[in-house]
This record gives sequence, C-alpha cells and structure tokens, in this order.
Amino acid sequence: MPKKIFKNWWEKIKYNYFQEFILLVVLLVLGTIFSLLTDTFLTIPNILNVLLQISIIAILGFGVTIIIISAGIDLSLGSVMALVGMGTAAILTSSTPSIFLAILGGLLIGGIVGFINGITVAYIHLPAFIATLAMMSIARGVALVVTNAIPIYNLPESFLFLGSGFLWGVPTPIYVMISLYFILDFILRKTKFGRYTYAIGGNEEATRLSGINIKRYKLLVYVVGGICTGVAGILFTARLGSGQPTAGVGYELDAITAAILGGTNLFGGSGNLIGTLIGAFVMGVINNGQALLNISSYVQNIVRGIIVILAVGISTYQYMTRK
Amino acid sequence: MGKNKGVNRVNDKNILVMKNISKKFPGVKALDNVNFYVRKGEIHGLMGENGAGKSTLIKILDGAYTSEKGGEIWFKGKLVQNNSPILSKKLGISTIHQEFNLIPELTVGENIFLHDFPIRRGLIDWKTLFGESRKYLKDIGCNVDPAAKVKTLSIAQQQMVEISSSINQNAELIIMDEPTAPLTKLEIDILFKLIRHLKEIGITIIYISHNIKEVLTLAERITVLRDGKVVNCINSKELNQNQLIELMVGRSFKNAFPPRKGKPMKEIMLSVRNLSDAHKLKNISFDLKKGEVLGLAGLVGSGRTEILRAVYGADPGISGEIELKGKIINITSPEEAKKNGIGLLPENRKKEGFIPLMSVQCNISLPGIDKIQRFGVVLNKEETKLAENFVKKLDIRTPSLEQLVIRLSGGNQQKVVLAKWLAEGTPIIMLDEPTRGIDVGAKYDIYILIDKLTQEGISVILITSELPELLALSDRILVMHNGRINGEFKKEQFKAEDIMACAFGTIKNGGDMGES
Repeated sequence: MPKKIFKNWWEKIKYNYFQEFILLVVLLVLGTIFSLLTDTFLTIPNILNVLLQISIIAILGFGVTIIIISAGIDLSLGSVMALVGMGTAAILTSSTPSIFLAILGGLLIGGIVGFINGITVAYIHLPAFIATLAMMSIARGVALVVTNAIPIYNLPESFLFLGSGFLWGVPTPIYVMISLYFILDFILRKTKFGRYTYAIGGNEEATRLSGINIKRYKLLVYVVGGICTGVAGILFTARLGSGQPTAGVGYELDAITAAILGGTNLFGGSGNLIGTLIGAFVMGVINNGQALLNISSYVQNIVRGIIVILAVGISTYQYMTRK
Repeated sequence: MGKNKGVNRVNDKNILVMKNISKKFPGVKALDNVNFYVRKGEIHGLMGENGAGKSTLIKILDGAYTSEKGGEIWFKGKLVQNNSPILSKKLGISTIHQEFNLIPELTVGENIFLHDFPIRRGLIDWKTLFGESRKYLKDIGCNVDPAAKVKTLSIAQQQMVEISSSINQNAELIIMDEPTAPLTKLEIDILFKLIRHLKEIGITIIYISHNIKEVLTLAERITVLRDGKVVNCINSKELNQNQLIELMVGRSFKNAFPPRKGKPMKEIMLSVRNLSDAHKLKNISFDLKKGEVLGLAGLVGSGRTEILRAVYGADPGISGEIELKGKIINITSPEEAKKNGIGLLPENRKKEGFIPLMSVQCNISLPGIDKIQRFGVVLNKEETKLAENFVKKLDIRTPSLEQLVIRLSGGNQQKVVLAKWLAEGTPIIMLDEPTRGIDVGAKYDIYILIDKLTQEGISVILITSELPELLALSDRILVMHNGRINGEFKKEQFKAEDIMACAFGTIKNGGDMGES
C-alpha cells in the first residue's frame, strides 16, 4: 500500500493545508510591509511583544478550536475568563493566599463552566450557540454579583510573575502558550479523545452508530475548552495585576477569528491547532504593525475585518472551485 | 417502437412520451434505454422493486436529474429541452413526493399560492388568497381552513393541500410517489376517490406504489421496471396479482451469486423476544444461530430497518427482551450493543456510515479503537496494520490509507464501513442494504465476504431489497409486513413469488413465529 496520495508537496498543501498556506503568505506580506515602513517591527523585543499579546487569544483559540472541530461553538469564553480571574484573585486575597490553590481554583472554575456548557449542549440538546450565549451572560453576571462589581487588587508579586515575568528574556505567558500548544496538539492528533472529536464534528450520527458515547465526549470537549479558558483567565489576571469583573469582553470573537483564520471548519470535522496559532499570530501582527504606524484603532478594526475576509475568502473560493 | 399500432408515439393520445432514457451513476446503470408512454387522462401505474429505477425516471421527468445523451421527453406533443424542476412545473408536471414540499409554519392558503402570491397594490391580497384556496380545497372535497397553519394538519390533509397546490399551478400531469404509505385505511379511500375525481376533470396521473392491490384497482395501464429497464407495459385488466409480482421479480439468477458454503451451527447466538416500539414494530421474536445468515424481507417501511436499529439500541422507546447466548442483556445505546458484540452497518451510508473528511485508516479503526490504544493514546503502528489488513482483505481500492473516505467511490466507501465492523470483530453483524448503490464487482466481493464470515462463526442479519440477493445469501428468511413478522421461510422453501406475496401481506407463512 503506497503511502502517498499527492504527487508532490504543493498538491498536498493545496488540498490539506491551503488555509494555513494563505495565512503564511499574508503573514509574510504584512511582515514585509511593516518592516519596510517601521524600524521597530522586525526586532526581537517587538516580536516577543507580539507573542505576549497573542498568548491569551491563542490559548482561548486552542480551546475553541477543539470545540469547533466537534461541530460546537463557545461564546462564553470572554465572560468565563473574567469569572476565572475573579475567583483566582479572590483566593489570592483570602486569608489563605496560596498561588497553587489560586491556579487550581481558576482551572476548576473554567472546567466547571465548561462542564455545564457540555451538559446543556450534549445532554439537554441545546444548540451550542444558544447554550454558550446564555453562559456568556450568566458567567459575566456571576462575576459581577459575587464581587459587587468591585475589582480585586493587591495580588502577590509572585503570582504576577505568571503574567508579566520573564524567563531567560522571554515573557512567561509565551512558555505557557507554547507548552499548551504541544499538549493539546498531541491530544487532538494522537489520542482517542482527539479522534472522536473529529469524528463527532465530521458526522455525529455515524459516530454514534459506531458505538461511541458521543454525549460523554462532547461533554469532555467543553470541559477541555473550559480548562483552556481557565488558563487564559489566570494569565490575564496575572498580567492585569488585578481581578476585573468586566475583563475579557469580546475575547471570544477574537479567539474564534483566530481559529477560523487558521482553517478550522466552522461546521466541524476539520481544523488544527497550528492553524489557530498562526491565525492568532497574524492578528497580533496586524494590530502591532498598525499600532507602530500610529493608525487609529478605529481604522485598525476595519483593516482587521478586511484581512479576515480576504484570508478565509481565498481558501473558501479555492475549495469551491477546485476539480 | 412504432410496432404497437401507433400507440407508443408522440401524438395527441400520449400526453407524455419518454424515449431512450438512460441514467448512469458511478458504478451503476440506474436506467437503461427506457421508453415510457402515458396517455392523456389515464391513471398510469409505475411499478418495480426498490432500485428498479422508478424514482430515477420520475426525477428525470421533473427535471431533478438529466438523462444521458439521446434521451428525449415529449410533453403534450412538444419536445422538452433543458428540463429543470422549474420548467417541468411550468409545463404542468407536478410531483407529490413522499415527503411533502410544504412549509409547516405557513398557512394552508399561503402554501397553495407559494409559487405566485396574488398581489394587490404591492401587497399580498389575503382575501383572494384565502378565498381562492377555499375554492380549490372544496373542489377536491377537502374542508380544511385555509388560514390554518400546515403543521396543525394531519398527513392526509397535508397531502390534499399539496394536491390543491398542484391544481392551482395548472398541473396536467400529477405524479404520486407512494401516496398511501402514510395514510390510514379510511384516508386511502378518500384519496382514491380524489384521484378518480382528478381523472374526471382531465388530469393525468402517474401512480407509483409497491402496493399491488392498489395499483391494480386504480390504474388502467401499468409499466413495470426492473433493473433499470422496462419489462412491460400492460393493460391492468389483463393481469392478476401473481403475474404482476412475477413481472417485478422474475430475473435470471444464473451465477450472479457465489455458492453459499457456510452452514449455520446449532448454538443460538441471539434471541429476540417480543420486541416492540412506539410506532412500527409489534411483538418481534426470532433467534439467530451461530454462523447463520438470517435474511429480513419486506417492503420499504415494513419495519426491517427498525428491527436492526432496535436491537442495536439506536432508537429510544423499545420494549422487549434480547438474549445473548442465553443471557438477557439490556441494550439502550449503540455503545452497549457494541460492548455486547453486535455491530450495525446502517442503511444510509453517507449519513450514518462513515466520517467523510476522515482518512480510510481512521474510519476503519473508529469503532474498534479501544483495541489499539494505550492510556488513551492511539498506537499508530497497530492502527496502520489493522487498516492495511482490511483494505487488503476487502480489496478496498484506495491510493493510500490516508485518503479521505469522501474521495472514494460508493462501493469502496461501503467496504470501508463494512471494514469498520470487521476490524472491531463483533460476533454478530447486522447489515442493512450492504450492496445498495454499488457496482456488480463490489457486490460480488461482499457476497463472498458474508459467506466467509459465517464460516468463521460470525452471525449475520441481512436486509436487502434485492430479493435474488436475499435468496442467494440467506439461510433463513423472515418476512416483514406492517411491523410484524408475517412469515418465516427455510432455505428449502425459498421462492421469490411466495416471499413477495408474504411481504405484500397477501399470504402468510409460519405464522407461529411473529404474532402471538
């Protein structure tokens, strides 16, 4: 049995990784433009800065990519991140301030909210869009109610290191992002859970009739997504230096954009984390380059939208017209 | 053509003439040079087994498919060119499908006028819409409120609305595809009256049905299709039920099938007792022996598929007992069925069989992935070995294990779905239409495979709408009719006519099996 289907590497890219390829081209073009127009863009500190800025979106993006691959969606990410932040900050400023407990608590909150999302979607059969839209509102509300809408300040220095410290000259969140990428990529590509995630997104009924407990695995998908949100919430709080109940508004859309830019099929069944990582990086570069050029943030929004349409449009068009 | 005294020609008598219609699908010739003539104002029965080509022919007529080169459609003496669903409607050809084209959230009146709302001063003229609708409905003897939402109507009433809508669109030829399938006895009588009334007002009807009695009472002429060819077109008065069945099933059997070498053993693997569901199945009981091929015959909608799905735990609301090797088991989900050693190759391979965007390898390993994983991590080498083994064994033609299943041909897709269950290695495999839509070669491969499996001690329950196939492969056949087992045939009793008659409910055999 020959291993190769494609005549050459270009065919393989064209069929399997076209979106990622387009994204790299976009990255190259933008990078060239920004390097030519500014002296600061192509410097190591600036690139590290971009990576730092995208780390939280990328981590949220990993989680939501897995959820989208299973043909779901999660709109509650931003709110849940705020809730996680408030929980973490509350533990840190309690009578027993333990960083370990705070991190555990943050992950737990993310996981629990993911669990609830999973129950409503997989077992109560609510459309994921509605279930997580409701959760977006609930999580935000809980974050505000529990803290009386008052931010929590004075977090310990050692905790802040997670968000704003450096290790060998590189910001700590970048390490977290990279390690999480490798862990989740392994899970998605090599484990039974990952296989089932693609199968459920690709054809839920066929997966069920293959004797697989799809409800359990759908639930698990949302729990994994929730834990990613937990990680992102902890890092975000550590960067801000405080727990902000109003933090993270709109982050879910950035995370979803990164996933879509990276070629994740919004209807499920296909996608990968490297695409999401590059997608988040492209978004970071767009924002960073425009900031360096002093383009107004209003205009930045317009440019970002146009780039999304172009990048996704080209590969969709290629897909529709091939054969 | 031409030799039948000018009847089969484009002329005033024939409202519809379809000439030299052929249609190929990948690996299958669905229609082979079909000539089909319908006279103006008649009720014309169109019959044939499942897969004989009736639906394809109708889809070509209403423009959903196009015929291969050389096919011609003449309607009302004019050649129809560039046919499309819109054009055929305009010409006056209307199809009442088994699934209605009504919009449940809109009112009856809106549905009747959906194609062309009456407009007054730029707005919908509701008075005319409802008034006219009431008239159309009254014309066909249906007293439904035109302002009622369609979703509140019974199936029979919805059918009436659909017919009214056709009349409103000036249909001159109405095609009815299995119109009585969802109706009660009383509703059927009303429908028949309506059909005769339509004939009186000059509308021509093509009536498609599996129900021989119905067609014989309604239709004046009957065209029988078999294997994509017209067997005959006959005056219904010159026919009786048995002759019609013979026309439908009588095909040559020579060497289309390999000899059955395997023999069922004594040991009973699976025993089903009083299986019922809320809708269709009534007190289904049967045994399945080790190494046996148990065939399920019956018409579409008779409950064959439902039995397999019930045993597999695919649908909720099942009552009854299932024993596996003498032990009562409780199956409420496919997962439990699989754990108990039961596999299902589902009827609809695209919707239920495989994951289109996954590779051949990943599809094959999907149900049996637990055997090739450690701590949740899939062992790549083992998986490749497993997939390679079955690709070879089933002769799946794929350039690579990495190929996405959606890019394979239908027959090879089907083999992948079969490989899934062979790889999982369940001792009981239920096959629902395993050879549907696949080419002759692949079919033969699957026949041989089924025989081989049973020699290894695997038990098979087989559903296929191709009767000769069922006769050749099965050791025993249960015949379903209306959700019950209407008869049991042992190998020496196999006779196509008897089994068909039993499936149509005209005779019974071994009535002690099903009904208690």
